[in-house]
Amino acid sequence: MKIPRLLQAVLVLAGVYFGFVLVFDVILDAVIPSSLLAMYMFFVVAGVFMVFTYDEDQTRELVAPIKAMVEDPSKRMWRNIVFVIVPLAAGGGTYLQMQPSFEAPVELRTIHPAPPSTAKIYGKRVNLLKLENPFRKIEKTDPEQFRALVNEGAGIYIENCQFCHGDKLDGKGPYADGLNPTPLNFQDIGTIAQLQESYLFWRITTGGPGLPKEAAPWISSMPVWQNFLEEEEVWKVILFLYDYTGHEPRSWGHE
Amino acid sequence: MMKARPITRYTTLGLFGLLVCGLGIMFTGFDLSGVLAAEYAPAPKLTAADYPTIAGVNSRVAVWIFAQLHLWFAAFVLAVPIFVFIIEVIGMRTRDKRYDDMAYEFIKVAITAYSLTAILGGALLFSLILFYPHLFNYLAVIFSESMFYYALLFFAESAVLYIYYYGWHWLQGGFRKWVHLTLGLTLNAVGTTLMLLANAWLTFMMSPAGVDGAGVFSGDAWAAIHNFLWNPINIHRFVANIAYGGSIVGAYAAFKFLTAGSKEARAHYDWMGYNANFIAICALLPLPFAGYYLAAEIYAYSQQMGITLMGGIFAWLFIIQAVLIGTLFLSANYYLWCGMGRSDGAKRYTKYIKYIAIVLVGAFLVWFTPHTLVLSNAELKALGGPHHKILGPLGIMPAKNTAVNVMIIFTALSFMFYRRANKIATVNWVNAGNAFQVALFTAGIINIMFLGIYHGYFTNTVYKVAASIPQVLTTVVVIVGSITLDSFIYKNAREVAPLHWGRIPGRAQYALFLLAVAFTWLMGLMGYIRSGIRQHWHVVDIMRDNSTEAFTPTLGYAANVVSVAAIIFMAMVIFVFWIAQVSSNKTLPAGYWKA
Ligand code: HEC
Repeated sequence: MKIPRLLQAVLVLAGVYFGFVLVFDVILDAVIPSSLLAMYMFFVVAGVFMVFTYDEDQTRELVAPIKAMVEDPSKRMWRNIVFVIVPLAAGGGTYLQMQPSFEAPVELRTIHPAPPSTAKIYGKRVNLLKLENPFRKIEKTDPEQFRALVNEGAGIYIENCQFCHGDKLDGKGPYADGLNPTPLNFQDIGTIAQLQESYLFWRITTGGPGLPKEAAPWISSMPVWQNFLEEEEVWKVILFLYDYTGHEPRSWGHE
Repeated sequence: MMKARPITRYTTLGLFGLLVCGLGIMFTGFDLSGVLAAEYAPAPKLTAADYPTIAGVNSRVAVWIFAQLHLWFAAFVLAVPIFVFIIEVIGMRTRDKRYDDMAYEFIKVAITAYSLTAILGGALLFSLILFYPHLFNYLAVIFSESMFYYALLFFAESAVLYIYYYGWHWLQGGFRKWVHLTLGLTLNAVGTTLMLLANAWLTFMMSPAGVDGAGVFSGDAWAAIHNFLWNPINIHRFVANIAYGGSIVGAYAAFKFLTAGSKEARAHYDWMGYNANFIAICALLPLPFAGYYLAAEIYAYSQQMGITLMGGIFAWLFIIQAVLIGTLFLSANYYLWCGMGRSDGAKRYTKYIKYIAIVLVGAFLVWFTPHTLVLSNAELKALGGPHHKILGPLGIMPAKNTAVNVMIIFTALSFMFYRRANKIATVNWVNAGNAFQVALFTAGIINIMFLGIYHGYFTNTVYKVAASIPQVLTTVVVIVGSITLDSFIYKNAREVAPLHWGRIPGRAQYALFLLAVAFTWLMGLMGYIRSGIRQHWHVVDIMRDNSTEAFTPTLGYAANVVSVAAIIFMAMVIFVFWIAQVSSNKTLPAGYWKA
């Protein structure tokens, strides 16, 4: 038996929807955010619409049941049922959407806010646009000394940072579970791998309180490390972060 | 063929000579700039009192809307002559008059829009002078010469455009056609120069050059013009304008198609719509690369601007941008698929459409997956943090580049199917040719995926950025290679049946409208971002905006301003479409005139 095209379309949509839920929520155990799923489904509906309607005959076939439902006198019963159910469903949906809940409102937090062009760090005005890691050039010229610096950085990291950022730099330190926002995972290609060293310097030295307006709400637990570490120590930690994760700081090969 | 009368020939030549001289003077004029060494003042430090309030108007919104409207029209009227010229050349080469008529009809739409462009440009200038006198003054000192030549060029542009348009039917055949084509070329040269000059002023505000830290102008006008972001913007705007112009004339054709009374008119406007969509797609395909280049250069110029742009406050507008670009691709493809109904042989290919659709939609979903997800608290807990291990990696550029390359390749595939639909190849190596094409596409897609995944996730940012280049090259090779091969396979091909122009559902016309509307909105939003990343600066790091309007508005507010502007623009465009056909309406009032 041939499945009517309208039903086919509905089945495809349902299949994709539950496919997403099944793959993300069940198989991969990483829930798909409902806001994103809604956006995805919107365009899946658009795609299905496109495939089902580009041809004149097939479109006629697709809408035939709807047309019949609206126009055909013998379908009166159906018509009445549908015309009652559709507005009710729309009303019910709207009601559920608008109903107040105890859920805290969704926050759109910017994880990587734009840095200011200058910042006051260690009592001086630093130009973040031009700032560079003073030890980076040793990497090529004196690899041995560079190693030593990285190792010093590792020591500083273990003493200060691993409680939150984890001993594997994966953001899963012992305190991490209790914090929101969670400490960042440096292994992830979406964090330090995307950033210049000056950015890290700024974030580490000024911490949560140093975040600019756009990163509101200011609930980050990242400490203000300029109060606890020396400037050189911060640069060494940065060397270690990149060295351990194997990422390179963002730079521009503008020769 | 009719011979041109010597008199007209000399007048045209004379006119043309004058123009060349004008242009020459203009270019040598640039060299004078260094000679004029003068004392320049630093950028003024303003206070809120330096910004006039006039009649309670919100100065920022006023300038914003006028600038946006002017830009939309300008993009349109600069782009149309480019492809009108190309279509005219095609008509001249093929001696198929339909092309000439189409080119004429396109320029007819542009000519009404031209005066609106000028009016809106004037409105923009006025509002800048009135609301931001100090800023305008500062820029006018630095760009005094280019602004002067801009004004001159504007006259030249008007003159050439009017001769080009009103002389269309006069300058036909043989030598006259050449004159006309030369005028077309001049028109484009002048128009493009105008755009380049205006681009210099706005890129100067983003990446100032030729001034010192206090904003004191060095006197070198070329340095100020040739600032860091000038060329990236030039390229991006040039390509985008063509795509935009194509989409607007496509909307015009759709409008005429839907209102056409006769079968012939429908066939004509269907054909016109098809060509407009073709132009839009051709320019749309390279556009993401131009955009990527621009964004990369902004990042390179200033990490702060780059992050504000793509990772910070404007990141969500980028998601809307991604959605709209995807919409452009989807509607352009949908239009092609609907167009397959014009040929009787298309049935052989329609079975593949659903796979193309699956890939397009799939790539599109990757393309707009945001880097920062909006999570409810329950989801946040379930994930153990804001980072999503599957979707996170889809949020960064390598994934997006891969997705967009795939989208582009499949759009090209749609187009190839469309072209093949009505043809049967007669060469004896069809199968080998087809097999080679399949291999080319497969290898290309594998290469793009490999580059994206390997370089995007397993190497550092330098390679990440670099990997986008071989990806683009792969895409170019696949598209150019397969289309070239196709032209050989289908040499002397048999037609299944004549194409039935006009046999296309009305839905497809709405796809053309959607294309134009999505494009307009997109330009407005991205234009806002481009200008908004300056944040509280008139001229970045040099001249601070101290007006009460210097804050960065919320995304919702900005989107509303852009949407209102887009609606005003659309209303004006509908007016332009209407006025373009009014001249052919005739009323014969019975008994009105004396006999
Ligand atoms: C109390 C827990 C805690 C400690 C200890 C801590 N951090 Fe953090 N760190 C955080 C949190 C939480 C964030 C994320 C804040 C956000 O999302 O804005 C963060 C963010 C960062 C970032 C920004 C990364 C990015 O991609 O923007 C860097 C770099 C960083 N930490 C480095 C360090 C270093 C180096 C140390 C040790 C010297 C350290 N942190 C110690 C909690 C901590």
